[in-house]
Amino acid sequence: MTGNLLGHLVRFARELRRAGVLVTPDQAATFAQALEYVPLSDREAFRLAARSTMVCRQEDLSTFDQVFERFFGPGEGWPPAEDRPFPGEPPQLLQRPAVAQAPLITPSGEGKESARPLGDRTLTYSALEVLRQKRFEECSEEELEALKRLILEFAWASPERRSRRLRPTRHWERPDLRRTLRRTLRQGGEWIELAWREPKTKPRPLVALADISGSMERYVRVIVLFLYALAQSRYQPVEAFVFASRLSRITPFLRRREPEAALLELGRRVVDWAGGTRIGPALHAFNQGWAKRVLGRGAIVLLISDGWDQGDPALLAREMERLQKSCYRLIWLNPLLGIPGYQPLTRGLLAALPFADDFLPLHNLASLEALAHYLERLPPRRSARRPGALAFP
Amino acid sequence: MSGERPAEASPLLVAIAGAGQAGSLPSPGCAIMETMAVGRLPRDGFASPEEVAGALREQGYIAERGLAVAIFLALKLQRPLFLEGQPGVGKTEVARALAGSLGSRLIRLQCYEGLDLASTVYEWDYARQMLEVRLLEATGERDRSRLRREIFSPEFLLKRPLLQALEMSDGRPPVLLIDELDRADEEFEAFLLEVLGDWQITIPELGTIRAEVPPVAVLTSNRTREIHDALKRRCLYFWIDYPSFDKEYRIVRARVPRAPERLARQVVAFVQELRNVDLYKAPGVAETLDWAAALLALDRTELTAATVEETLGALLKYQDDLHRARQELEQGLLERALARPEAR
Repeated sequence: MTGNLLGHLVRFARELRRAGVLVTPDQAATFAQALEYVPLSDREAFRLAARSTMVCRQEDLSTFDQVFERFFGPGEGWPPAEDRPFPGEPPQLLQRPAVAQAPLITPSGEGKESARPLGDRTLTYSALEVLRQKRFEECSEEELEALKRLILEFAWASPERRSRRLRPTRHWERPDLRRTLRRTLRQGGEWIELAWREPKTKPRPLVALADISGSMERYVRVIVLFLYALAQSRYQPVEAFVFASRLSRITPFLRRREPEAALLELGRRVVDWAGGTRIGPALHAFNQGWAKRVLGRGAIVLLISDGWDQGDPALLAREMERLQKSCYRLIWLNPLLGIPGYQPLTRGLLAALPFADDFLPLHNLASLEALAHYLERLPPRRSARRPGALAFP
Repeated sequence: MSGERPAEASPLLVAIAGAGQAGSLPSPGCAIMETMAVGRLPRDGFASPEEVAGALREQGYIAERGLAVAIFLALKLQRPLFLEGQPGVGKTEVARALAGSLGSRLIRLQCYEGLDLASTVYEWDYARQMLEVRLLEATGERDRSRLRREIFSPEFLLKRPLLQALEMSDGRPPVLLIDELDRADEEFEAFLLEVLGDWQITIPELGTIRAEVPPVAVLTSNRTREIHDALKRRCLYFWIDYPSFDKEYRIVRARVPRAPERLARQVVAFVQELRNVDLYKAPGVAETLDWAAALLALDRTELTAATVEETLGALLKYQDDLHRARQELEQGLLERALARPEAR
């Protein structure tokens, strides 16, 4: 292979990276190796070889195809002349990515938080108590800032599930012949005692589906912070989605180092902030596209919504049923549940609630803490679940 | 990098020479299949992706060009092949057909959660070892290190798929199929990453065992969980999509040869149309083949509304999907399918 072509490949890999397909130098090198076996004159074979060596995710395949077409140009004139740049090759190095448009969520504060103190020193005990009980939508900007610190500092402990992997134990569970034999040999062949193994526990996956439609607007910031805190804590793995009229996966944004950066990115990428609520179709999209991928291993699903659904209640009920059947526990968190005298009587809620395992409030810090305790206490093994039997709190 | 390989295989297992019968015992969680066809082509005998596709076609597997290129490169570069796609699009079948056309042994490791060293790499035959301890005692053996040496000899080693995959048979490396990797847990994935890198396994009591020629590794995933990128980057990646009409028709003809041409066309047209319906689980190629075989067993030569209604269960496995499909049938799904130009 000529040095010139290698240069093209390096630039092509860079173009891919710029388009969001992460190509490691190792992968680019594998492609270069592959070219020893694929005739350069065959454009399609060249493309397929690049595809199988440089892409390792289905989501990236269409981006790859676009970048390839742009970079290497149309099929005529293939194979390319040695010294001619490809049509799509950028004339100079390093173009800066387009400046992001104005975010829909404006971050409050200066955005760069220095090391936080462990306890919140600005609040006295009684002020903290007041804040814990205060409804999110009634908080002032300063109180929201304080809330933010408290939520981010919260220690989330994960509920556990029994995995099928075994570890040594002293309890009489399952005999561990390997260790038993070793002990026997150590005792010069004398059978003294049996060794045992028991199932290991692992953190249970958590999947959050948050409603960001118009009626939920007042809670969205706190909810996103809460999801961010979850994703950043040792509680792993967390998957998060938001929906109004359609569903968007926001897990990647929650991995940003700064919560404000996560919020900004979210504001840019999610298109239907404060749109109308259609829970049924959103759940349908989740059940079709994501359930199989993220609900394995007994996940807990948190559905955060006030239940003001404008869609077909029958569809909502059907999708709720499917969702409940494919997860370990389906927990509906409703901000309105904290209002004294609130009755969950909307059509959507009436249709959906029979399929929720729990119906809990999420309106102030105290309710978040209660949720954390509740999650922590969920049993490691599946408890008996009676479909359609939900006691209203 | 040269694709040359030694023509004659020397014994592969450095540490375990002549490991006795123990290794051939069946083990739980894995199935070892010997392929029947004797391949004419050695592993590196393919000169182009087209030859790979041709060899697979002889085994009854229709591969599109992209897959043929990925397989061809996996063989040439000695890298594992990573196949993803919806259930039933023929991922596992690739390994089977490949083993057939290479004339290699197929070793299959079916993944599940909690897969451990004992069921994937090796296990000592504890029952026999314990018996041996007793026997040695009876002969008055008291030297502990001798006892250890006797007990942990290759004779008592049970070889599981990954260890077996390091051995050649008839001078050819086997095809190692690691099926449904998404069902295994992260611990196994991490271990696999190491094995796929250098094809060597260390057994503390015996030493390190290395494959002289790496096996042809095929990994599949249904994406019930994301596999870590580090592992996928080490492989040649290919996403198997639902096939086009043309490809699926050729698959049906190759796999259900007794099905009349007209029926085969109608079956494929209907399945292709059905995949456009918003279903929870769209039918895969495996379901198409099942359905064609079912229709054949019922002696049907063409699709009618009644026939489709009777046999829909071969295609759709969810109650909701059956319900949905019946609604679509009422709105002319079958007629639309039969009106397609390819169906005639």
